[in-house]
Amino acid sequence: MSTDSTSSGLPTEADVAAQHGDLVIERLVYWYFIAAIGYLFVSMSGGLMMALQLVQWNPLHDSEYLSPGRWRMVHTNAIAYGFIANSFLGALHWAIPRLTLKPVLDKRLSYFIFFAWQVVVLATAVGIVMGQAQGVEWGETPVWIDPLALAGLALVAVNFMAPIIQMKGPLYVTLWYFMAAFVWTFLTYAMGNFVPQYFVSGTSAGVIAGLFIHDLVGLFVTPLAWGLMYYFVPILLKKPIWSHGLSIVGFWGLAFFYPLQGIHHFLYTATPDFLEYGAVISTIAVEFVVTTVVINFFGTIWGSGRAVVTNLPIRWFYTGMVLYFVTCAQCALQVTHTFQKLIHYTDWVVGHAHLVMFGVFSMWFFGMMTYLFPRLLKTSWYSRSLCEWHFWLSAGGIVVMFLDLSLGGMFQGYFWASLQPWDVSIEGSQPFWVTRLFAGLAIISGQLAFVYNLWKTWRLSKKNAKTSNGVA
Amino acid sequence: MFESKSGVLLLAGLGFFLFAFLSNALVPILLYRNLPEKTVEELADNQNLIYQFEDLSVRYPEQFDKYYGEPSKEKLAEALELGRDIYVGEGCWHCHSQNIRPVSNESTRWGKVSYSEEVQNELNRPVMWGTRRVGPDLAREGGRRGNDWHAAHFFDPAALSPSSPMPRYPWFYDDKDPNKPNKRGIAIITYIQWLGSWLEEYPHYEDYVPLEEQMVNPLE
Repeated sequence: MSTDSTSSGLPTEADVAAQHGDLVIERLVYWYFIAAIGYLFVSMSGGLMMALQLVQWNPLHDSEYLSPGRWRMVHTNAIAYGFIANSFLGALHWAIPRLTLKPVLDKRLSYFIFFAWQVVVLATAVGIVMGQAQGVEWGETPVWIDPLALAGLALVAVNFMAPIIQMKGPLYVTLWYFMAAFVWTFLTYAMGNFVPQYFVSGTSAGVIAGLFIHDLVGLFVTPLAWGLMYYFVPILLKKPIWSHGLSIVGFWGLAFFYPLQGIHHFLYTATPDFLEYGAVISTIAVEFVVTTVVINFFGTIWGSGRAVVTNLPIRWFYTGMVLYFVTCAQCALQVTHTFQKLIHYTDWVVGHAHLVMFGVFSMWFFGMMTYLFPRLLKTSWYSRSLCEWHFWLSAGGIVVMFLDLSLGGMFQGYFWASLQPWDVSIEGSQPFWVTRLFAGLAIISGQLAFVYNLWKTWRLSKKNAKTSNGVA
Repeated sequence: MFESKSGVLLLAGLGFFLFAFLSNALVPILLYRNLPEKTVEELADNQNLIYQFEDLSVRYPEQFDKYYGEPSKEKLAEALELGRDIYVGEGCWHCHSQNIRPVSNESTRWGKVSYSEEVQNELNRPVMWGTRRVGPDLAREGGRRGNDWHAAHFFDPAALSPSSPMPRYPWFYDDKDPNKPNKRGIAIITYIQWLGSWLEEYPHYEDYVPLEEQMVNPLE
């Protein structure tokens, strides 16, 4: 069921190599990744602060600007708009021009978007720390920044759509995901940040906030990330994607079912029951679609399984995919009314969110960064074993955190239902919160290994550039 | 159509998104269109809440006079609105939900199950149902405890509930003194006392016998 590379619309390697210098603004890809890693550390410090607060061991008490309540919002926002969005913009600046053989609309616009995006994210963080958050999960961006962010998203869409629209011939599946995602991200951001704030209140605002929470994951992060997987995995494995037909099923299934799911965040609220059931059914339906996508990628690696041992980016990608399947299987289970009764509002959901955002998407970004940094810096990694440490600490940390929080969530659900005093559930959660703290520390040390490795690699690249100049 | 650019843009990008918006967002908006949205002023016209606000003015006369002057409905509305902004800005809603579900004995613990009419007001733009409970649900918190309890609790939560991981909020007080809640302190207490104050059977006290006592003398 495989297709050759010409019919899938992928340009040949020789075409790309010849034009790479004109197509890709390598410096910008590099800057985006560095900015992303910077925000990753901002986010992790917020997460660490919250974890310490929960075990009542936060040394940074009593300062208004270091309040864990505010930094919990910095934690999620820095990941969504700082780390994930910056990584995407970097990876897209690499993938789209190489895939379409056309540069972005305007390279000056690309530079402008880079700086504008950092201003928006920094302003969001500062606004939240100053206590000006907006009451939408993931959308805490203070209201005065929302129009700016939306304008930025429109510019991103225009800049990247130009090469896709200009391209002749059949579109590769990656580009479907990208095209749809540019429209979705813009619409989702507008919906979540404006409608519940200015137009409706109460239950109506709640369902829209639910749609926003889910669509930000499902229509911004997921399609762009899967698009990049469809791009990078065949290149790294040096063979086409297993089934073009399954890619179509995956894309259209996601496009149809994903937007319908938001209300599953608010089961047992005042939302009408028939809407809750609709959201539950579409969530379970998307499960089947997800399975086709995962099958497609495991079909692709079939026969080259050793790549997960030897090829680090592939290992990151496929670990992420396994966890993606786990997290989606979990979705289908946890959105049912039966299960919500127990786990809604507990740490189970927190574990789920960490598994999606770190265990899947961040893993993929680390894979892309592991693949691209040596190409951007024109030197191989300083230390393979530090790369391995990065992987194993991240993977081990997130798996422990996920299992720990899932179990802790179930305990909390039973504590609450048993009508014990509230303190009992807090005290019962302590072992889980302590374990979570150490899992988080493992993740953080993994990223420290990554940054140290990157710094040494950068030093190496400077040295290489100097010696090669000397020879010339 | 399914593999063309215009197909992807129109069907997937716009079509399915709009379908979801129409079916999942517009339907509830239409369902509740006859339910009037209460303004903050209308919410302030509530005897239970007025009582709490006046109580604050008696308990903390110096601070109250300094920041709000004489207690009035207008001042109450102002405090309510500011209190809500603080509740959002401090991230209270990440650890305290405001939604009592009809399951898991929640109505036994906290009172009447949440319903749509009570969130159809300006202070619920967007609604504060929340996503996580580290602390208990607050949908029926108003009137359950006195203003002085809240003043002490925001200053140092662990002093009143030793196992509480809630952060301290000393910036709600003048001179770092729990007896001197400032403008923000009075506002957040007012907001908390508002929750559930619209119910006839307000307030709901927790009717609880500790497990140990139940076990000591199970027949009583």
